[in-house]
Amino acid sequence: MRLAARLLFGLVLLAAIAAVLLYALRPGLLPQTVRGKSVVAAVATLTRGEYLARAGDCVACHSVPNGRQFAGGREMPTPFGSLFVPNITPDDDTGIGHWNADDFYRMMHTGVSRDGALLYPAMPFASYTKVTRSDSDALFSYLQSVTPVQQKNRPHELRFPFNNREMLVGWRTLYFREGEFVPDTAQSAQWNRGAYLVQGLGHCAMCHTAINALGGSSESKAFEGGMIPNQNWYAPSLTSNREAGLGDWPVGEIADLLQAGASHRATTYGPMAEVVYDSLQYLTDDDATAMAVYLKALPMRDAAPAATSEARLVDPAVLESGRQVYATQCAVCHGDEGKGQPPAYPPLAGNRSITMASPVNSIRMVLNGGYAPGTFKNPRPYGMPPFGQVLRDSEAAAVVTYVREAWGNSGTPVTPSQVNELRKLLPD
Amino acid sequence: MSACVAISVVAHAQPVPSDNTIPAFKELDSIDARLQGCVTCHGRSGEGTAAFPRIAGKPSGYLYNQLAAFRDGTRRYTPMNYLVAYMPDSYLREIAEHFANERPPFAPPSAATTTDVVIQRGRSLVTSGDTHLGVPACMACHGLALTGTRPGIPGLVGLRANYIVSQLTRWRVGERHAIEPDCMKHVASRLTDSDMTAVAAWLSQQDTPKNPVPQSAPVGRLPLACGSQRQGDE
Repeated sequence: MRLAARLLFGLVLLAAIAAVLLYALRPGLLPQTVRGKSVVAAVATLTRGEYLARAGDCVACHSVPNGRQFAGGREMPTPFGSLFVPNITPDDDTGIGHWNADDFYRMMHTGVSRDGALLYPAMPFASYTKVTRSDSDALFSYLQSVTPVQQKNRPHELRFPFNNREMLVGWRTLYFREGEFVPDTAQSAQWNRGAYLVQGLGHCAMCHTAINALGGSSESKAFEGGMIPNQNWYAPSLTSNREAGLGDWPVGEIADLLQAGASHRATTYGPMAEVVYDSLQYLTDDDATAMAVYLKALPMRDAAPAATSEARLVDPAVLESGRQVYATQCAVCHGDEGKGQPPAYPPLAGNRSITMASPVNSIRMVLNGGYAPGTFKNPRPYGMPPFGQVLRDSEAAAVVTYVREAWGNSGTPVTPSQVNELRKLLPD
Repeated sequence: MSACVAISVVAHAQPVPSDNTIPAFKELDSIDARLQGCVTCHGRSGEGTAAFPRIAGKPSGYLYNQLAAFRDGTRRYTPMNYLVAYMPDSYLREIAEHFANERPPFAPPSAATTTDVVIQRGRSLVTSGDTHLGVPACMACHGLALTGTRPGIPGLVGLRANYIVSQLTRWRVGERHAIEPDCMKHVASRLTDSDMTAVAAWLSQQDTPKNPVPQSAPVGRLPLACGSQRQGDE
């Protein structure tokens, strides 16, 4: 009897265990709702990371045109030799497959690579240091999700002594201030969002702040403009009312210029067209407006005095020759009075990118022409033809002089030799 | 009153310049106005100039492939690379379509500057090819009237000799490529300098065709596999 009772108890116990196991293993018992939420959150992080990668324009430097995205290899000529941009796809051997979010944040925040090497400042870590940890993590998650590409990094080809990374300790002491963006509580949330994007991921200072002989740019000259090394374009000052200072622009026009690439006031060409095409056109209206609000509010300060009337003196014969070229070639689009037909054809009268001290961009436009970028908001851009093949140096100089001085414009004359200098450089 | 309006309109209208490379257009919101960036080199209707090729009437698939290659850097000519660098596919297709539909008159053929022997060699290569070299007749792909074959093979009529020679040379030295399989690489690498000169000389002396429209399909099977033709209109 006792044996039978024991057996019975054992069987009941086994049945109970089996029932519990079956219940536990039954499909769908796992806490699905919680798990679902975390997956949704992870996907949202990836989407945010992708957006931030656009805002940071990572793709422009970390891919070769028509090459695999983020696989690096693009040559970046600098006054110190050529840098070759690294592979940031998650490939284990040649990319950043073995990095983690801490490594990535340290690189963004301090300019120190995973292996401890100091990064060259062609990587805009002086701007990216402003990026928050949360945004850095989202960006990292996104980069880990792109297709890994096996492509070895090409060693940099820098001249002595710039090929010695220890030199960077000095550069960093002079020009690098580490630290995340700190919101200014006296300003609106919109201004702060704009400041965060412009100073951080947007890395606008890389071009719009002059680079000195050491390849550094000092904070006191932030956004005051400068020649872009090795590109032969001038990035105008964002703080001068005589250049691209935006103090008197409506916010909507600034946002249009950033997002669409063309506005009623001006149009983007060259390196800025590239930034709009690869990066800014993807921004939300809110973010473009926030950047516009911040840029408009930048304190205006002029680095140099206005041109004197003496500096503006011009041979009447040159002016007349320029006027004739203008009437024949330019007036059909830009109008007899230089008012343009914006946003298709930008105005020249009162356009500070024409009259600013550096005539480089105006000369380039006359020689090489240019198209605004094709964007979501302006998918069929208008363009200007090259005139380098139809105008002699003296004619090109005369017509640039004419548009810089006509209709009350305050520019100074340019010489045929300035035209000739730029003619020798290929458009890029 | 209406007379006044008419007069003022006339007074404000820009006279259309006789020189076809000076910018001019009728309506601001038009593809013409958008493509003023092309006129100083290719002419207002894509008819070409002494230094730059005719693009009018070439099949749109061919024109699109070139525009995309200039944008992506797979065809290198710095002024073009610069102008189309930041353009979406949809716009490049529209531009290609626009010039494909243009029918400006042809410039008169250039006068003979070479000997009859050279011209005969050119004619023979264009119309019959050279089986010994493994070079098919130009006409086998570029059309019996040499006006091109849709979607991806360009017409050769209306091109000047120096443009034809320079493009063939670029192909031979590897500076110009087409979509693989690159049949023009095969052809150009089998032609000598004098063959190229002969082909270009004969082509540039032909009378302009009565019907400049590209043929809609190859006459038969193409003699060489052609990546552009297969993918031209995709």
